[in-house]
Amino acid sequence: MPVMADTRDFSKGPLDAFKNSLFVVPAVLIFSVFYIYPFFNLLWLSFHQWQGIGPMIWVGFQNFQGIAGDKVWWASMGHAAYITLIALTFQNALAFALALACDREIRMKRFYCMVFFIPPVLSEVVVGILWNWVLNAGQQNGQNIGLLNYFLVQTGLPNLVHNWLSDPKTALTCIAVVHSWKGFGWGFIMLLAGLQTIDKQYYEAAKVDGAGSWSSFKNVTIPMMLPVIMVVVILTILGSMQVFVLILSLVNQGLVYHTEVPVTRILGSMFTTNQFGYACAQAVIFGAILVVVSFGMKKLSNSIKQA
Amino acid sequence: MFPNKYVIWSWTRNSLLHVFLLTVMVSCLFPIFWMIRSSLMTNQTIFVEHALIPKDLNWSNYIVAWTKGNFAVYFINSMVYTVSVVFGIVVVASLAAFAFSRLRFPGRDVLFYMFLAAMMIPLPGSFVPLFVMMNKLHLVNTRLGYILCMINVGLSLSIFILKTFFDKMPSDLEDAARIDGCSRLQIWWHVALPLAKPAIAVVVIYNALNVWNEYILATLLLNDKDLMPLQRGLMVFNGAYQVDYPVLMAGLTMTALPIIIVYLIMQKHIVKGLSSGAVIG
Amino acid sequence: MLLRRKSGEENGQEMKKIFSWFCCALLATAVGCAQPKKPSHQIEVWHWMTDRQDALEVMAKKYEQETGIKVKIELFAPSDAYSQKVIAAAQANVLPDIYGILSKKAIVASFIKAGYVADLSADFAAHDSAWEKSMFVKALDVNRFPEGNIEKVKPGLYGVPIDVTNIQLIYNKKLLRKAGITRPPETFTEFVSQIKALKRVGIVPFVSGFGEMWLVECFALNYAFNIMGEEKVFKTFRGEVPYTDPDWIQVFSVFKTLTDHGAFMQGIVTKGNKLAEQDFALGRAAFAFNGSWCVNVYHDMNPSLEYGVIQLPPINSALPMRMWGGAGSSFEVSNSSPNKDKAISFLKWLTAKEQQVFLSEQTNNLPANREALGAIPQVLAEFSRVMETVTHPSVWPLNEDPLALETFVKGIQSIMIAESTPERVAQDVAAVKERQLDKMKR
Repeated sequence: MPVMADTRDFSKGPLDAFKNSLFVVPAVLIFSVFYIYPFFNLLWLSFHQWQGIGPMIWVGFQNFQGIAGDKVWWASMGHAAYITLIALTFQNALAFALALACDREIRMKRFYCMVFFIPPVLSEVVVGILWNWVLNAGQQNGQNIGLLNYFLVQTGLPNLVHNWLSDPKTALTCIAVVHSWKGFGWGFIMLLAGLQTIDKQYYEAAKVDGAGSWSSFKNVTIPMMLPVIMVVVILTILGSMQVFVLILSLVNQGLVYHTEVPVTRILGSMFTTNQFGYACAQAVIFGAILVVVSFGMKKLSNSIKQA
Repeated sequence: MFPNKYVIWSWTRNSLLHVFLLTVMVSCLFPIFWMIRSSLMTNQTIFVEHALIPKDLNWSNYIVAWTKGNFAVYFINSMVYTVSVVFGIVVVASLAAFAFSRLRFPGRDVLFYMFLAAMMIPLPGSFVPLFVMMNKLHLVNTRLGYILCMINVGLSLSIFILKTFFDKMPSDLEDAARIDGCSRLQIWWHVALPLAKPAIAVVVIYNALNVWNEYILATLLLNDKDLMPLQRGLMVFNGAYQVDYPVLMAGLTMTALPIIIVYLIMQKHIVKGLSSGAVIG
Repeated sequence: MLLRRKSGEENGQEMKKIFSWFCCALLATAVGCAQPKKPSHQIEVWHWMTDRQDALEVMAKKYEQETGIKVKIELFAPSDAYSQKVIAAAQANVLPDIYGILSKKAIVASFIKAGYVADLSADFAAHDSAWEKSMFVKALDVNRFPEGNIEKVKPGLYGVPIDVTNIQLIYNKKLLRKAGITRPPETFTEFVSQIKALKRVGIVPFVSGFGEMWLVECFALNYAFNIMGEEKVFKTFRGEVPYTDPDWIQVFSVFKTLTDHGAFMQGIVTKGNKLAEQDFALGRAAFAFNGSWCVNVYHDMNPSLEYGVIQLPPINSALPMRMWGGAGSSFEVSNSSPNKDKAISFLKWLTAKEQQVFLSEQTNNLPANREALGAIPQVLAEFSRVMETVTHPSVWPLNEDPLALETFVKGIQSIMIAESTPERVAQDVAAVKERQLDKMKR
């Protein structure tokens, strides 16, 4: 965390401290009513067996023991990690490449900036319908209905025609790619902004020192961009670990268990199998893991910065 | 002479660059094009006709969506919700972020980390306790209740972004203001907020998008048609038993437009905003 | 210094901001004052049936003209959010006069036991059971808790069906003709040979929304009832017959046979029913497994589609094939409503012949009132033929444990992607079932 900035005059005594704390009162008030209370309710429920309505039975740590041995749950965690990994690499690499391209003085820069932000703005409904059509594996009169398969046949690659969403080998990757497509706009705009803050003098200096474009990228761009990259990374992790609307719209209730992620498991426990208590315990564990990972990332970024 | 070689190299590099950019651009523009195209067809032609521009342009879908979907009322509601929530978040989050960044009081760091953690812990299905409590506060089926709920949804991330920004704010401006005899509130108002304008733009676009597209909490908390936001109208066309695709697409096109306009207005500030340190932390 | 310069420019802005603060405060107070107050001569109805909103609004207006009682119809979508809303509203005690519960029977039972639902038995029985007699028995059964029910609910009738539905095999007449098939299959063997014939001419034989678990469950249990009879199925649910029983393996093998013959459309295991309906309406598959609501959908997407309706072709000729069906959507009356009598009168009116004919014509749904059957379209009549023999989990004495059921359906899906075998799936389900039984004992 950055060191506390200048607080000189406003931190003299208890009265000042009181006045200072008034600033966070509205936020804390809203937060405690609408977040803290439901959160403790969730925590409380995670120690119960409950079907969403009717009597609650205290079961102690039984739900958590159940989760420890729940293979599907831990597999779902792995799936989310896989999607996150693809988003971190593919999505962020794409975002970074586009940002680098748009950082130059090229034509239609403003236009690109606008267009690349369209996917995040689009409704999930449109994204779902559209990608279902692209990845559709069905045929009619020997013709492929799906855009991707149709395209593969037209370009002379009929061997690659595939049952994209119903094959355990490709389903998760397809989901990750669509997710990356939907999300790269945020990374793009943040990274582009970061690039523009780099003082051009640094590049000039590197050039004078005889650095090529690769070495100035490595020695100037990357170190200068590190803080922005870290924020994009944290936001990508949070966004990708919690993805689920997209999964529902692409594979409905899932391809057997191959496309389950923690959030779909939690919702499934709640509404399909009516184990509210178990679902709450799952949410608690999931949240705890995310907190640990995110704070870990923050620590990591601080130590890289200092190194 | 050798400039030739340089020109050719830079020309190929530039065209390769544009090919790359154009490919990505097409993948981003195609959905919008497809959405508008579909909105001009009928439920019978939408999956059959393959021409890029449909033969008969069926503009009536927009009229159907507007009238049957009760969009006139929903549009105003969505505007009210989006403006109030975004405004509320900017005020509440910037006050808190300012305190977390510049002021000292006991429990400050604990509180901040609490907000940060809240950003990460999802509360799926916390509807029942939320609803029961809102009912006790007489906030069910009121605009205020929904607005407060949505303010809470965007609060943590907004505080996070704004605080990273305030951390970077140079202290000499603050000193000058203090010497001029400004109080905390005045510094927040006269110094911090104007300087934070770009970061605020980020917060605005992020939360506007969030509120504009929200429907689950709205369904849960609001009963009256007259209080519902836009997405509720869309959900009706995308119903459980039947989907009226062209009308749905017409509705989606209409709802997407305002948010794209907001983005266009804010875009300038966003790029500048992040560059001024909103995410540099 | 710096500040002075700045604030000069900002005077205008400040005014604007103060103005918007003012507006905001005004808005908040206006909202605070506009708390809706409930007049007692008004009935409030909550539902999730997006396709019936217009028809219900018309009915509400008509009712107001006839009786002077205003009916306020509120629609909530998507249905998942709606079912959460009803549960939340129940616990906060703010349920409307009339609402629908969109959940399993066990949840409905909890609603009743908590006192949220009015018992309508007396109303149905009044005047020599006139109301009860006018309705399809199967539709009422879904809302009935009989003597000695496993949920221990006080026996009675707790809901009013406004339409009925059932799920059957639908076939595209044109595509069957193309493959030289003159009539739909009557046995499973015939079904398989027709699938082969369709494959030969390049037609996809079968589509359904098998990405939605309940449709797989329905298809599989239809065959389970046919292969081993309902008693043995219930015995399995009770834990007296294991899933590794040969009869159950035969049920799983149905999916293997169909998969091996390429009956399923590519991607069926992840397909939602909406997309499956689209596929069938566009003539992309010869058979579909779908509910009677599809009449409306197909009509809307392809009015010239020629199709017929049959039961699933049975495997075991000794036992009947019983399709799922019953009340399509039902309304419950809130027990704490001060307008209970008015609400019941409205529902009585809504399920009377005249209104039922209107609803059926407007929404292409099967009427719950059997006297209204005379005036419905041909295809709907075909659907209604099996109404007397339908069954549904809601009328069974007990249901399978949800977790075992999940494993059951997911296992079938893994057979459909050729990842598992009937024997292995049987073992998997049996293992989970055993674990759940152990838990129950503890």
